[in-house]
Amino acid sequence: MFSKERFVQYLFFVCALMTVVILGGIFIMLLYKTLKFFELVGLGEFFLERIWKPSAYSKPTYGVLAMLVSTLMVTVGAMVIAIPVGIGAAAYLSEVASPHVREWLKPLVELLAGVPSVAIGFLGIVLVGPFLAKVFHLSSGINALNGSILLAIMALPTIISVSEDAFSSVPLSYREASCALGATKWQTIVWVTLPAALPGILVAVMLGIGRAVGETMTVLMATGNAKAMPHSFFDSVATMTAVIASEIGEVDYGSEHYYGLFAVGCLLFLISLLVNLLADYFNSKMRRYA
Amino acid sequence: MRIMSKMRISYIFFAVVLGILLFSELGCPSSKRGRGSNANSLQIKGSDTEVNLVQRLAEAFMARHKGAKIAVTGGGSGTGIAALFNGTTDLANSSRPMKPKELSRAKKKGITPVGVVFAMDALSVITHPSNPLKSLTLEQLGLIYRGKIRNFKEVGGPDLEINLYGRQSNSGTFVYFRDTVLKGDYSPKMKNMPGNSAIVAAVKNDRSGIGYVGIGYVVKGGKKIEGVHIVPLKRGEEVVDPLHRENIRSGKYPLARPLYQYCNGKPTGLLLKFLQFELSEDGQKIVEEEGFYPVTPQYREANKKLGL
Repeated sequence: MFSKERFVQYLFFVCALMTVVILGGIFIMLLYKTLKFFELVGLGEFFLERIWKPSAYSKPTYGVLAMLVSTLMVTVGAMVIAIPVGIGAAAYLSEVASPHVREWLKPLVELLAGVPSVAIGFLGIVLVGPFLAKVFHLSSGINALNGSILLAIMALPTIISVSEDAFSSVPLSYREASCALGATKWQTIVWVTLPAALPGILVAVMLGIGRAVGETMTVLMATGNAKAMPHSFFDSVATMTAVIASEIGEVDYGSEHYYGLFAVGCLLFLISLLVNLLADYFNSKMRRYA
Repeated sequence: MRIMSKMRISYIFFAVVLGILLFSELGCPSSKRGRGSNANSLQIKGSDTEVNLVQRLAEAFMARHKGAKIAVTGGGSGTGIAALFNGTTDLANSSRPMKPKELSRAKKKGITPVGVVFAMDALSVITHPSNPLKSLTLEQLGLIYRGKIRNFKEVGGPDLEINLYGRQSNSGTFVYFRDTVLKGDYSPKMKNMPGNSAIVAAVKNDRSGIGYVGIGYVVKGGKKIEGVHIVPLKRGEEVVDPLHRENIRSGKYPLARPLYQYCNGKPTGLLLKFLQFELSEDGQKIVEEEGFYPVTPQYREANKKLGL
């Protein structure tokens, strides 16, 4: 007795289930291989050894520290650039711009999100790199700062559109009250609207961080891929994503190196899980607020 | 919605089991996915140093044999060899001989790798034109790449800190250079570039850069390209330039090396025809046009034993 109605119900249910299956599968696979890696190599080496050196001449070492620091450095750098610019742009779009300006500016911002990461990476090599080299008198501009700038560009659309939503969800009465008390537009934005929209803006920032941490192609192309522990933003770095991407293709199935890359992936997964949970937490806070 | 709650538990159970099956190694990747079902097509994969050259050879071959389809992709020697083992390529380009570990792995997988040398490379050390180093010994080069020598003035160049450019670990050149020149580990400060052309491009733009690439990437149509300086290497007291054919033929150039292609078992059919074409006069002419050197007599003998 399979009615059409029921069939459709089942169908959609299976579709919805698919994501859960995939997520569960990925997590189990990552965990399984990571555990296998720790059986072979040990937690101590992974977290205490600085340098990832799977193809060493004599003895390979599998340390995640330099990569982890590189990833964090590039991400923090990107956020230092993208957060002020993104929030500023969102405040302008939501509070200052005339409806006409907003109408053509917003789609343009969203268009930026569609630029492929390879294209941005290329930009880093031919444009940002030489520019940095010239400005800071470096011999080469392929470094962590280059990656930060590019990732900032890539995180901007996310930060702008989510922050803009946060701004516009602040009730109009807040602004009216502020203006009635004699505050200027600038004072209203900084002291009333911005604090009211803050949970939403934090969501935007978290999503932006998530975007930056997970980005692969751009950093692979523009940061130079040197595995040493970075000491400044002018050093070449190899992020976790870049190392996985460049090594997974050649690795011998079932070797320490193979499982090691999954361990790095697992750590990356945990980082983005944390970031997403934080975003969720701020999101729920915002809802309560509104 | 009663139906949903009823089904929920069994569905979630089902989902988890399916997830495990899909992603765990229960469904082990099969190595029996043999290629070569289609007699008219070839897959070639591997070395980034060889990819452009083999592409050219394949095009010339296809122009002579209508209907033959040859796809050539790069990715690195290690990638090519892995693909040969996994049965996803017919021919693996490799700029280094197979490692003992790989040979024993091949045996386990039931694969008999057969290596053919189809061209010679003179691995070239390059610097920026504003830093025309007269020569380097292999020892100096090794110290530079191990991070022991950090300034060009220590090897007779300008007072400039050295910026190292090298390849990624899936590259045969990475391994060859490490085992032949460094005999140790690369400095972690070396930038791992994704290919030969990336190294050439980087050194062109970096006054203090040094890099190593296949000769085919700095010589085009018999002429050295603009924008880089090729550093001659010392053998004893003698300065040896990779641009002179005789130095490769005699084996005097310290980084002269054979370029390999590996297939599984004795080549037959289209694969055999293609290999024969590569080693023919026409094929070797293309090798030279692309900046590489023809196979030396020593390796010709070895090829003959394979019936090529």
